[in-house]
Amino acid sequence: MNTSSLQPPASPRIGLFVTCLVDVVRPSIGFAAVRLLEAAGARVEVPLAQTCCGQPAYNSGDREDTCAIARQVIEAFAGFDYVVAPSGSCAGMLRRHYPELFETADPWRARAEDLAGRTWELLSFLADVMQADIVGDWPARATYHDACSGLRELGVKTQPRSLLAGIAGLELIEAPTAETCCGFGGTFCVKYPDISTKIVDAKLDDAAATGAGLLLGGDLGCLMNIAGRAKRRGVPLEVRHTAEVLAGMTDLPAIGSGRG
Amino acid sequence: MQSTTRLFDDNSRKALADAPLQQALGKLSSNFTVKRALAAARLPEFEALRDQARDIKDHVLAHLDIYLERFEANVVAQGGVVHWCRDADEARATVLAICHEAGARTATKSKSMITEEIALNDHLEANGIEPIETDLGEYIIQLRHEHPSHLIAPAIHLNKNQVEATFRAAHTDLPPGRNLEEPRSLLEEARAKLRRRFLDADVGITGANMLIAETGSIVTVTNEGNADLTMTLPRVHIAIASIEKIVPTLEDATTLLRVLARSATGQENSVYTTFATGSRRTDDADGPSAFHVVLLDGGRSSLIGGAFQDMLRCIRCGACLNHCPVYGAIGGHAYGWVYSGPIGSVLTPGLIGIAEAAKLPGASTLCGRCEAVCPVRIPLPRLLRQWREKEFEQGLQSKTARFGLGLWAFLARRPQLYRAVVGVVMRILGRLARRHGSFYNLPFAAGWTADRELPAPEGRTFIDQWRARAGGHR
Ligand code: SF4
Repeated sequence: MNTSSLQPPASPRIGLFVTCLVDVVRPSIGFAAVRLLEAAGARVEVPLAQTCCGQPAYNSGDREDTCAIARQVIEAFAGFDYVVAPSGSCAGMLRRHYPELFETADPWRARAEDLAGRTWELLSFLADVMQADIVGDWPARATYHDACSGLRELGVKTQPRSLLAGIAGLELIEAPTAETCCGFGGTFCVKYPDISTKIVDAKLDDAAATGAGLLLGGDLGCLMNIAGRAKRRGVPLEVRHTAEVLAGMTDLPAIGSGRG
Repeated sequence: MQSTTRLFDDNSRKALADAPLQQALGKLSSNFTVKRALAAARLPEFEALRDQARDIKDHVLAHLDIYLERFEANVVAQGGVVHWCRDADEARATVLAICHEAGARTATKSKSMITEEIALNDHLEANGIEPIETDLGEYIIQLRHEHPSHLIAPAIHLNKNQVEATFRAAHTDLPPGRNLEEPRSLLEEARAKLRRRFLDADVGITGANMLIAETGSIVTVTNEGNADLTMTLPRVHIAIASIEKIVPTLEDATTLLRVLARSATGQENSVYTTFATGSRRTDDADGPSAFHVVLLDGGRSSLIGGAFQDMLRCIRCGACLNHCPVYGAIGGHAYGWVYSGPIGSVLTPGLIGIAEAAKLPGASTLCGRCEAVCPVRIPLPRLLRQWREKEFEQGLQSKTARFGLGLWAFLARRPQLYRAVVGVVMRILGRLARRHGSFYNLPFAAGWTADRELPAPEGRTFIDQWRARAGGHR
């Protein structure tokens, strides 16, 4: 980790990497991210030439398309002080995996490393870099899902919890299996649906056993998986992205819930 | 061993519907993961030891020829013989020849995955030699004509009632009315049955957790002591191991032992750790008069120096299985060959070919917990991804998957076109599901909607809204 990046410029210029899922499924998370970043004193821009970080190709073994998409992202996010994504999985892709895509001698390698050094997952960026002070009020009993990539590739664990501590009335009840995978795994859940269902059921049972009516997390893919299964099974568990709660956007319907 | 990895989908569906198996898998966490975490936390230098363990194995793999030759010289100096076997056929033939030469009719065996790999038991039986498994779990599955479903807990897929039924069916000489309620009584019964077999066996066959180059010793690690009886009571001891099990020195062996049991079961040490060196000397109280080491390559040397070399660091502790959500859902047999879990999914394609094992590398969420606990820090998710790259290059994925991915990648590489397409699609989907908030069924997302709702898009994409609001950059 680059420690100098822990002292941000007074008003850092941030490129928001929206992530493909947030862009198309739940843009509100993107707006929550903008609100939080701006409240913490950053200037947020959104390069329009972004689509996805390339993980579907990367995790399917399609190296050529992965590299092409990586170059596109590197290009689009050149020059920002920081690149921030409301997802540990996508931020992990930029930070941990992009550099490995290019040979050491390839000029793109240095550019990938430069991008990696500037890239952050939203919640850890707010806590560790911006040292954001979040104040809010929302009575709820919540449990937390530590999504795998954020946790194990980027060390996102305490940051969301310390940010949520600023929300008065929000009680966090930890499940002993908070760090266990939810079975999403990108294309895994559609290629091996039966196994994925078995895994997410265990997650749901453990979450429900905490007595919390709300599950929070920082990765929309996992949250869609958990919410989708909860709804099918009729488990009364609301699922939301942590950024929405921190930004006070709790009047939104929970993930997978209707407005009707 | 014959593989059924091509049937992975069917195998795993059966496993998911197998109630005793599911019950057994439910205990993985309390039996293994919790204990490993406690053991790791109790030892301040545990993370540093993992680094050392990794470095020892990397060093060995870079100089494998030197250490193997040194090992052989020291085995010979201690009165033993080393047999170099390129593949399963050679290894089977070698073991059989030694058994024949010893005039053996029975051979006791302590747990060895390599003998599973080369299907040794079938071969011995076919040639008139009765193999007798002496590890309790292995003994049970031998009676049931099954294969191990876990690296260190071979019968973990069975519950107590199944074991009881197996014993009643096999031990017909015992009174049918005997009480086998307690696990203890099952253990006693197996012990009593095995005692005679230990004493009668002509040959004892063990695996080896490590081979030590500087002394020519083999190391076995068990909780039951059965390896010790297997190697000391018969006249002939055959230790069978794959070539990457070598370590340079006793000191290195102890470093690996310090991470092995802690990672495997959370014990500081296994109950029995045995260093066996050579055949019986004149002043030894016991021991075999002949000591053979069968060294199996079995495709390993072709992995050295390549992109998959890291997997040869594996010390077969089983931690990656215990922490894997996929293994935890389906158990070991579904993987269809000797090795299961994350290490199975990288090792199997390496040893029997990616075309045969094409279903395995994809069967992972890449959650990374395996790498986080592996005592020798094998980057299992990276290796799984590398196998996926091989599959992609060789066109081994399904047509639908390739088509879907191709279409998606085509769009993802063209931001303007992508925007236009997803913009329209999301507006439609968003309107369709506005009230319900999710889809119960979507034809092109059947894999998703079979068991769960698909949370619906809000409607306009983030980028569309952002552009409308601020005219792009603001
Ligand atoms: S890969 Fe690592 S964790 Fe898995 S069995 Fe081998 S040494 Fe243990």
